[in-house]
Amino acid sequence: MIKALKDAGISALIALGIFGAMVGLPSVVGEGGKLSLDPQPWTVAIIVAVVFIGRLGMVLWQANRKPRVKAKSAAHSKYTISNVAGPLLLIVAVVLPMAGDRYLIDVGVLVMTYVMLGWGLNIVVGLAGLLDLGYVAFYAVGAYSYALLAQTFGLGFWTCLPLAGLLAAFWGMLLGFPVLRLRGDYLAIVTLAFGEIIRVVLLNWTQLTGGPNGISGIPRPTLFGLKFTLGDGPDTFAGFFHLTPSVTYRVAFLYYVIFGLALLTNWVSSRLRRLPLGRAWEALREDEIACRALGINVTTTKLTAFAIGACFGGFAGAFFATRQAFISPESFTFIESAIVLAVVVLGGLGSQIGVALAAIVMIGGGEVFRDFNEYRMLIFGLALVVVMVVRPRGLVSGRTPSVSLGKGVHIAADMMSQGHG
Amino acid sequence: MSVLLELQGVTAFYGAIQALKGIDLVVNEGEIVTLIGANGAGKSTLMMTICGTPAARDGRIIYDGTDIHAMPTHEIMRRRIAQSPEGRRIFARMSVYENLLMGAHGGDQVAAAQTMEQVFVMFPRLKERRDQRGGTLSGGEQQMLAIGRALMSRPRLLLLDEPSLGLAPLVSKAIFAAIKALNRTTGLTVLLVEQNAVQALKLAHRGYVLVNGAITMQGTGAELLARPEIRAAYLEGGH
Repeated sequence: MIKALKDAGISALIALGIFGAMVGLPSVVGEGGKLSLDPQPWTVAIIVAVVFIGRLGMVLWQANRKPRVKAKSAAHSKYTISNVAGPLLLIVAVVLPMAGDRYLIDVGVLVMTYVMLGWGLNIVVGLAGLLDLGYVAFYAVGAYSYALLAQTFGLGFWTCLPLAGLLAAFWGMLLGFPVLRLRGDYLAIVTLAFGEIIRVVLLNWTQLTGGPNGISGIPRPTLFGLKFTLGDGPDTFAGFFHLTPSVTYRVAFLYYVIFGLALLTNWVSSRLRRLPLGRAWEALREDEIACRALGINVTTTKLTAFAIGACFGGFAGAFFATRQAFISPESFTFIESAIVLAVVVLGGLGSQIGVALAAIVMIGGGEVFRDFNEYRMLIFGLALVVVMVVRPRGLVSGRTPSVSLGKGVHIAADMMSQGHG
Repeated sequence: MSVLLELQGVTAFYGAIQALKGIDLVVNEGEIVTLIGANGAGKSTLMMTICGTPAARDGRIIYDGTDIHAMPTHEIMRRRIAQSPEGRRIFARMSVYENLLMGAHGGDQVAAAQTMEQVFVMFPRLKERRDQRGGTLSGGEQQMLAIGRALMSRPRLLLLDEPSLGLAPLVSKAIFAAIKALNRTTGLTVLLVEQNAVQALKLAHRGYVLVNGAITMQGTGAELLARPEIRAAYLEGGH
């Protein structure tokens, strides 16, 4: 008991050290722009007390907890997280825009974009095991492809979408060639540099990309030629269906577009996993030399992983451009790559449903905490640390063999080594 | 007996270091040929060079009448040569079933299913553990899996790199027995690299001794076993 009290006391002291200055002594702008301190002793006292009691409770709970036999792992039950959460999330995703709340749909679009990016990157990182820190480059290529094609040649969104994917895939191959022989940390550094190169080129090639001013007035997508403008002519969505014009239709339409694209990404990658190509990716992640010994063409296998992953990044980029109607290099910084990678790792490498959950938690969670402004990043960072401590292999980290005779035996998370799906 | 694989003056380099100094070697159809030698003699390099990684710099590697020494690895492996690499190198996080399927990569599915049944007959252990992860198998089972995976491509020539590595004597004996049975029943040609010289020479029809990247002795298994210098270097020296 004394040990527990001491432990809790130390935690409280640390909390005092951290929050004493940060929370307890905020500066306020007084009259005439004078800065003064506004001490908040009670807030600090509450925080410290919460930490003290929380730590004490935790220590006592751990001490009294009976050592229990490890449950026979949920993996063998029929109700795995993928079986239950998957359909549930799907239903929620379908009906979300029916709520009609503009803000909610906007957040949904944002989350869905990251779900799609996560699934795309999952092919490269989760399946093929190639650590890519420059995924945002393909996102940028897709976005600029659509923006430039639309502005220069007046092409529509649906024409440009496959082109943007193709161009991104092409750049994926270009990146793939020089890094064929690299692995692990070295590969990560080169992909990181690649992402930055693309951004710097976009920033400096002023004649083509408009440099830091970006490209504005990117056309919105249409539904079989129906526009989503606020007018009520026969060529607009509202006019055609005799509805009252509203911005919500456009936002909801965008939502369904990205929803469809994300589902496509999911479908393609889970299909690919069952094909010899997908198995070759997984084998490549496990052991490159063994792959060679089995006659797998390592070069093409790696390049297809880069190209297909990049292709989906390109799709997402084109969508981003059409949604924002304005793009500039500022949207494609390293932090985007880092967030997408965090979504993939947090979700559990190689797990589709895990990526979706992680995107909801990270992106949606970030929106929820927007009201807390300065604490937002604190909570965000804390959440990341907690997840990685509690579930080091990601939120959903089991793996079902891609092929099996009879029933597929799910492999539980604790049977897998750290950091792999 | 026709010649299946012939190496003529094959050299290989790792950067500036010469690992193979003009190897001449013949493997006839239906034979078990073993290659013995100390650590670092170039045994595994020779195996890898046959597969094109690293590619031979000089010389010729004639397999089934064609020179394969300049071909990329994946094309060589498609010519019904299979390798069970040193250290087994199974895919630890994939199931036994998936591991075996990887061996039939690029082949047709029906044939793969049949071959897998044959592999399961040969190694019933693998069938029991079909849905288990490769990494959870014991060393001997992993070796069976590595050989089984190599057999999935229905090879004419099987390259076996140190199948007894890290295995208990009893287990390695079982593996050797399986290789022998395989050769006898299907007529599969085997090139076997081993440190365990006694067992390897007892099993093989013929053997080569590799010292510092060059072949110093050759003969039938029994002949080599009887040679005093072999006994001194490999049999009584602690291996």
